[in-house]
Amino acid sequence: MIKAEWFYWLVGAVFLAMAAQMAVDRSNPKRHGSAAFWGLLGACFFYSSWVVEKKAPAEPLGVAVLAMVCLGGFQLTGRGVPRTTTPEQRTASAARLGSRLFVPALTIPLVAVVCASAVKHWRIGGEPLLEAGSETILGLGFGAIAGLAVAMVVVRERRPTVPLHAGRNLLESMGWALLLPQLLAVLGSIFQVAGVGEQVGKITEQMLPDGQKYVAVAVYCVGMALFTVIMGNAFAAFPVMTAAIGWPVLIQQMHGDPPLVLAVGMLAGFCGTLVTPMAANFNLVPAALLELKDQYGPIKAQLPTAGALLVCNIVIISLFAF
Amino acid sequence: MIVLLGVLVVIVGFATRRNPLLVVGVAGIATGLLAKLSPQQILAAFGDGFASSRSVTIFVITLPVIGLLERNGLQEQARTLIGRLGKLTTGRFLALYLLLRQLTAALGLTSIGGPAQSVRPMVAPMAEGAAERRHGPLPERIRERIRSYSSSADTVGLFFGEDCFLAIGSILLITGFVNSTYHTHLEPLQLALWAIPTAVCAFLIHGFRLLRLDRSLDRDLAAPGGRSAADGSHTAEAAK
Repeated sequence: MIKAEWFYWLVGAVFLAMAAQMAVDRSNPKRHGSAAFWGLLGACFFYSSWVVEKKAPAEPLGVAVLAMVCLGGFQLTGRGVPRTTTPEQRTASAARLGSRLFVPALTIPLVAVVCASAVKHWRIGGEPLLEAGSETILGLGFGAIAGLAVAMVVVRERRPTVPLHAGRNLLESMGWALLLPQLLAVLGSIFQVAGVGEQVGKITEQMLPDGQKYVAVAVYCVGMALFTVIMGNAFAAFPVMTAAIGWPVLIQQMHGDPPLVLAVGMLAGFCGTLVTPMAANFNLVPAALLELKDQYGPIKAQLPTAGALLVCNIVIISLFAF
Repeated sequence: MIVLLGVLVVIVGFATRRNPLLVVGVAGIATGLLAKLSPQQILAAFGDGFASSRSVTIFVITLPVIGLLERNGLQEQARTLIGRLGKLTTGRFLALYLLLRQLTAALGLTSIGGPAQSVRPMVAPMAEGAAERRHGPLPERIRERIRSYSSSADTVGLFFGEDCFLAIGSILLITGFVNSTYHTHLEPLQLALWAIPTAVCAFLIHGFRLLRLDRSLDRDLAAPGGRSAADGSHTAEAAK
């Protein structure tokens, strides 16, 4: 049986390899900070396996996470000068390879979907080939490996260090922001342990008439959107609103279909992202890039769509979830 | 009730534009302390949370592939493809871009577009170009509106396309959070499938609004400037 943890080790190894490249990259003024941040992240991917199996204490991992927060939060990471091709080389290469360039990129989702739907049922000696419950994640891993192999053939690249360097450039350009979604998930679970969701749930229950399915759906969706407007990120709003109303009321009490309720609930949060200046990277940064006088121009263009889509999401849950 | 102060920390932190990593870290510690957890328990909560949410970060495994392809002209090829669609009106062009952005994001190719990579260098200039071809030089106000709509097509397309791809952060966040918190079992694929109805609505609604942009441009540019519909070519020539 192929285990999901093996794949996490592969991701950890990729981080460690890239951290090693960063440590010796003299074009990066903060190379030690960068290498420490990504190296720590890679090491945490390995150590986490034992934490998940309860074979090692979680506290050292918590210390490492806070160390990464400090490294990223106090701007101790940086990026080197990317070693890449010139625009002329790229144009020539694009003209030569044409739309074949899309094939490796499309291989990744294709393999992931095949693993999640077909390979899922394959068995060897009565045991499933892929660890039960992790088919999609493993599919993504196989997809990435297959995509890389196809890409190497398509662009006729033999050196494995080239894609690693190219991937590291993308990693450095994203920087510490890459850790944020995972950290928001951590915050969500701490909110959960501390009972934040329950408190918000108590407040909503007091305001919510009993057993009103559609009102509850509307409260969940509008709550997701509003919380997202406040926090600037649907990822941060999701654990709070789901613990408050999505899970206890819509799923446990009213027996809504969990994947539907949660997937559409997250999309209701995205409606909030469309209209908040807090989501700077999506709304204010484009306005600056496009040299708009009105920095709220994109938000104004998105506002009616966001409102209509919020209604759509409420309708979709109301119609199909129960 | 006092644990809700943790949410307040997040709100104040983001509102005063502190570094998001620090905001989230401090909010986590503060919430833990308010809930009367010991420092050791808080560290363990951070550790356990990290370990069970690793799936959010695994998309990194695809970066070497995307990086290698970009080195070899992936963005340029995308540009060429979009360039072939150049002979369109502003609204139709943007609606088509919205569709392309949604479809590529649904296949996991989220970094193909974006305000820096595609909107500023390609989409906005082409949308403006289409309007100029039809109406002649554009007033500043109209130019701003077209650029704002160009940005909106990119953002809406990304948001409501990417969730149909199962390995995207938000889908993995949902499964990571729910599976670890409620000891249940959700598959990313089920969630991705339920993102499709909203994706279709997003395309219909925003696409319709982009197409209507053409009519509002016709109206705004034809009315006071006088008869540009009839002798538009002359006005455009004269303005040069």
